[in-house]
Amino acid sequence: MAFEGLTERLQNAMKKLRGKGKISESDLRDTMREIRLALLEADVNFDVVKDFVKTVRERAVGAKVLEGLNPAQQIVKIVDEELTKTMGETEVPLNKSPKIPTIIMMAGLQGAGKTTTVGKLANRLKTEENARPLMIAADVYRPAAIDQLVTVGKQIDVPVFEMGTDTDPVEIVRQGLAKAEADHNDYVFIDTAGRLQIDEQLMDELARIKELANPTEIMLVVDAMTGQNAVATAQGFNDKLDVTGVILTKLDGDTRGGAALSIRAVTGKPIKFVGEGEKMSDLDVFHPDRMASRILGMGDMLSLIEKT
Amino acid sequence: EKSRLTFGQRLNHLLANFRSVDESFFDDLEETLIGADVGFDMAMKISDELREEVKLKNVKKSTDVQNVVVEKLIELYDQAGTDEHNGLTFAKEGPTVILFVGVNGVGKTTTIGKMANLFKQQGKKVLLAAADTFRAGAIEQLNVWAQRDGVDIVKKPEQSDPSAVVFDALKKAKSENYDILFVDTAGRLQNKTNLMNELAKMKRIITREIPDAPQEVLLVLDATTGQNALNQAKMFKEATDVSGIVLTKLDGTARGGIVLAIRNELHLAVKYVGLGEQVDDLRPFEPSEFVYGLFKGLIDVK
Ligand SMILES: Nc1nc2c(ncn2[C@@H]2O[C@H](COP(=O)(O)OP(=O)(O)OP(=O)(O)O)[C@@H](O)[C@H]2O)c(=O)[nH]1
Ligand SMILES: Nc1nc2c(ncn2[C@@H]2O[C@H](COP(=O)(O)OP(=O)(O)OP(=O)(O)O)[C@@H](O)[C@H]2O)c(=O)[nH]1
Ligand SMILES: [Mg+2]
Ligand SMILES: [Mg+2]
Repeated sequence: MAFEGLTERLQNAMKKLRGKGKISESDLRDTMREIRLALLEADVNFDVVKDFVKTVRERAVGAKVLEGLNPAQQIVKIVDEELTKTMGETEVPLNKSPKIPTIIMMAGLQGAGKTTTVGKLANRLKTEENARPLMIAADVYRPAAIDQLVTVGKQIDVPVFEMGTDTDPVEIVRQGLAKAEADHNDYVFIDTAGRLQIDEQLMDELARIKELANPTEIMLVVDAMTGQNAVATAQGFNDKLDVTGVILTKLDGDTRGGAALSIRAVTGKPIKFVGEGEKMSDLDVFHPDRMASRILGMGDMLSLIEKT
Repeated sequence: EKSRLTFGQRLNHLLANFRSVDESFFDDLEETLIGADVGFDMAMKISDELREEVKLKNVKKSTDVQNVVVEKLIELYDQAGTDEHNGLTFAKEGPTVILFVGVNGVGKTTTIGKMANLFKQQGKKVLLAAADTFRAGAIEQLNVWAQRDGVDIVKKPEQSDPSAVVFDALKKAKSENYDILFVDTAGRLQNKTNLMNELAKMKRIITREIPDAPQEVLLVLDATTGQNALNQAKMFKEATDVSGIVLTKLDGTARGGIVLAIRNELHLAVKYVGLGEQVDDLRPFEPSEFVYGLFKGLIDVK
């Protein structure tokens, strides 16, 4: 059945294993199959799934039989530990520059949520630490991209630097940074146009913006509903820009969000924030443990261990 | 530039590397399909059916397998829909209303911009309704497209009731004899019940004002979306009786394989595909080209 969570899958697999004291080869094969399916159905990239399953398998084979836990429980425990390890154990805060301004540049595919997230982050810093951010409108391609950022700016009462659509984005950023320096803004956000990671010309433009601005933080914004393509996207942007963090948007939907695991696994870069709605307040820090449970479609690993 | 080679030519080139049809071929095929987001179940189903077909037809040479694979995939795609056609349905008389729905950021507004241009070029009198009054800059975005295309637009201030915009546009379309009205709606995630209800309400208003309308409810899907696209199709179909799909962002590396499952489970066909951000980056859907796209990964493997 489609979209069956790992909970159901494992519970079924585990029923067969109950009462056994040791992990046998065939136990392991069945359980690993269920884990593999659950991850694929959650959109984790199949190469990432392959590696992940291999690691879990190796640990399970090598594991000593633990006191008080049956084989299936032990495997769940290993899955839990490995997932947490891959997703990053703790929350990673925003990088901040020792001297102002902290410059945060956004990058990502079309429609991922960059412009909205710029507003959310600026709003968050404003309310949390009374920050005085400036937002630079460097998307000269998408129709009304500047209007969108200006409207967002009005909503959260944050100034927007824009030069219309006839100036080169690199030049817009240069002048925007000068403006921020003159006005002593403590944070500068650079909203860039969405682009495909295979679009060399536009990827070069991002590289030039990076070179000029030397950003404290380069955020790759990714739609949580992304499928197998998440790996190609993350690699493309990371290879070109060496991003410093990831923001996962649209998690207020019903997607399992396996892209999170793929991106983390292939880039090693921390997911710092998640978008959970269209409102300016709908931004949360990323919790690796919650994400792990969500991808697996299970409430809580430990309760599953207790139940079996 | 988008290649002028025929599908068959490209495929021949593509599969020239295969010497024999063995298990590793099917492994590659499965991975290619999963990599294209068709989902695990669908990938297994396709690969099993192909195995059978290859056995049945006793295919051995790679050149023959190409044909079988493609035939079978197209057949699988077509299977679920028999009497429907890929084109758009138009009103017999009076304005044709096309309602666009979908989750956030998939390409609804852009597709309207492209499609309006297409029909304007064909000499139709086109009207746009800016019924996304919610997202920052959405009205202005559609307005830029209206200007580019040289078509008319009905809009109200931000945060107005979207149904009121639709109502005004319908009135104008009828009284001023427009051929086609495109209705742009705000993106919404399918699990937000009240937003889905709002959409259903807009559709009811359209039908109340013009009984045969909307002639099309197009669900816009982003080709980079994974398995969640199936949920999207289910929920939007329930709320608005979707009549077809526009698959956008196929110019990237994503293949949009999930539409195979959508086709199979929900009998919804793709009508148009988006291949970029420019006005002419819209094409009628070609199943064979799509299948080629799904299959493309096999070159990379070799
Ligand atoms: N539900 C939901 N919608 C979101 C979230 N983040 C952004 N959006 C919506 O997604 C759509 C696209 O967001 P934008 O901020 O315009 O995305 P973008 O990356 O700037 O897009 P381009 O500039 O065109 O590349 C809009 O409808 C946003 O309101 C989120 O966390 N949840
Ligand atoms: N590469 C590519 N980009 C596209 C395509 N279609 C749309 N886009 C881009 O995707 C982004 C979002 O497109 P929109 O038309 O604003 O999407 P929408 O569904 O109206 O978004 P909301 O109204 O915010 O829900 C924009 O940057 C578009 O230029 C396509 O076929 N290919
Ligand atoms: Mg933007
Ligand atoms: Mg729109």
